[in-house]
Amino acid sequence: MSDITANTPALPSSPPRSAPLTAVGPIAWLRANLFSGWLSTAVTLALGYLIVRAVMGFVDWAFINAIWSVPISPTGVAQTQACRDLHGSGACWAVVTEKHRFMLFGTYPYEQHWRPAIVCLLFVALYIVSSMRRFWNWTLIPIWIGTLTTIGILMWGGILGLPYVPQERWGGLPITLILATFGLALAFPLSILVALGRRSSLPAIKVLCVLYVELIRGVPLISLLFMASVMFPLFLPEGMNIDKLLRAQIAITLFAGAYLAEVVRGGLQALPKGQYEAADAMGLSYWQKTGFIILPQALRLVIPPLVNTFIGFFKDTSLVLIIGIFDLLTAGKTAIVEPSWQGFGVEVYVFVGLIYLCFCFAMSKYSQGLEAELNRHRRR
Amino acid sequence: MSAAIEPTEVHVASAMRTDAPPAIVLDKVNKWFGALHVLRDVDLQVATGERVVVCGPSGSGKSTMIRCINRLETHQEGRILVDGIELSDDVRALDAIRRDVGMVFQSFNLFPHLTILENCTLAPIWVRKMPKKQAEELAMEYLTRVRIPEQAKKYPGQLSGGQQQRVAIARALCMKPKIMLFDEPTSALDPEMIKEVLDTMVMLAAEGMTMICVTHEMGFARQVADRVVFMDRGEVVESGTPEEVFNDPKTERLKLFLSQILRGH
Repeated sequence: MSDITANTPALPSSPPRSAPLTAVGPIAWLRANLFSGWLSTAVTLALGYLIVRAVMGFVDWAFINAIWSVPISPTGVAQTQACRDLHGSGACWAVVTEKHRFMLFGTYPYEQHWRPAIVCLLFVALYIVSSMRRFWNWTLIPIWIGTLTTIGILMWGGILGLPYVPQERWGGLPITLILATFGLALAFPLSILVALGRRSSLPAIKVLCVLYVELIRGVPLISLLFMASVMFPLFLPEGMNIDKLLRAQIAITLFAGAYLAEVVRGGLQALPKGQYEAADAMGLSYWQKTGFIILPQALRLVIPPLVNTFIGFFKDTSLVLIIGIFDLLTAGKTAIVEPSWQGFGVEVYVFVGLIYLCFCFAMSKYSQGLEAELNRHRRR
Repeated sequence: MSAAIEPTEVHVASAMRTDAPPAIVLDKVNKWFGALHVLRDVDLQVATGERVVVCGPSGSGKSTMIRCINRLETHQEGRILVDGIELSDDVRALDAIRRDVGMVFQSFNLFPHLTILENCTLAPIWVRKMPKKQAEELAMEYLTRVRIPEQAKKYPGQLSGGQQQRVAIARALCMKPKIMLFDEPTSALDPEMIKEVLDTMVMLAAEGMTMICVTHEMGFARQVADRVVFMDRGEVVESGTPEEVFNDPKTERLKLFLSQILRGH
């Protein structure tokens, strides 16, 4: 095509003029998409009315009619009569104002709340550092070990002048972050090994990996958690007791590992056989082939389902409530057990939900960016 | 394909050395895929510096045969010796053989997530333990020889098929192999790109590389082959110089095959 234009002598032409406003721009877009006929105009108006009503209702409830704080009686009981008089026409954010520290940190000693608060910030900092490709090398290992050690010291205490806090008193957001971070950080490498093992030519390894995936995936997470908390101690010698949180952590890790392994295996299967053969023909060893050729390609392919599973498990950590571990959701539920706050569940769940949403949305956004970045080589 | 009807190109001087021990020996090799007998008593000796072209109808076992030489496929009976080392389950022997045998595939099999340069330096760095800088210099040298040094920073997906196949050849050469195996290197290419790949292979032949090449490019076979091997249904049916095989076929099977591929051109 360029040849044709190059060989055509320049003809006198009128100066280009911009397209009429009815063809491009916001007005044209509105006409094409919202008001293209009488039916679409009617649907647009009806839906527009519903949206405006819903948004106005929410704004009324959440902001205009909302009560942000209530007086506290000298005995320490919150006077929630004003909230109750609203009869649901406004949100009682006072419950969040009053109880947010309990929801975030559970029964952790009140005057020590700065410790779990720092722990949460450390987790977020760890996520941010780990997400930067600049740090995707060996430096990440000491960073993780250092951060997790600091987190352990802060949570337990007992040294450096920090009072000891037993694990039973931990709760809220740090528990959710601990379960999710350790769970996924351990389950991900485990899942890669299992996925590779499932494709191994050694029958023993293959059978072991298939059994693991099918057994773990075949039972509900709740039953695994029950087993971890009730049955597992029966198998241990008398007097030996593994921390309840650790047991739940192991159950979650094993469960997530089985699911992730199948996701990773999907990626391994999607690679053409020629990639394996080319690596073999060049004399690369099994681990060189896997590390340089196979996994980098397979994992890029499965970023969407991988992150899907990650997000799912971040939220599934809330199931530990059934074995009495105080994660964020359980802490929220417990916060409204107190008689004066009973009946304000919606506000609490909105608050807790927003925290989950922040983390999950960040994961989702990050994965989209990562996908685009890592699949640059596919663009021509 | 013009190459097939221009058999008069200058024959590349043979670098075959009959005094040295053979580079490859296949001795009564048999292989089955399940019940299917795909290689039947295949005997083949390739001398150092010899260029062998293997041809035959599809399903004749020619690809399987050369894939047995670097053990992408395992044979079940008989012996295969490469450079004096027998192929067996011994992993060390296999590693040694794969280091010295380069392979070029029909579908290129470049690593799409690595740049052209990284494709070429990966094996020298990790298998030959070459320093990175030296490996990159070597890679640039070979990329220059296949005439695409300017593409070094690109990804395979950004190159044409012919360019990709030339990268694949350069990648194999970076391991400094003693033997090169070509498995239908031009079959997946658009016609206008076949010549650039064949030219690269002719250049390699002129340098005295020991080569086994599965191809239907008769012009290429006439130009460089010391010997043409015709396979059909898992057997070596005829073998000889290009003139003997193409101009004076002895068996009905080869006559039929030649008439079919010549009609196709």
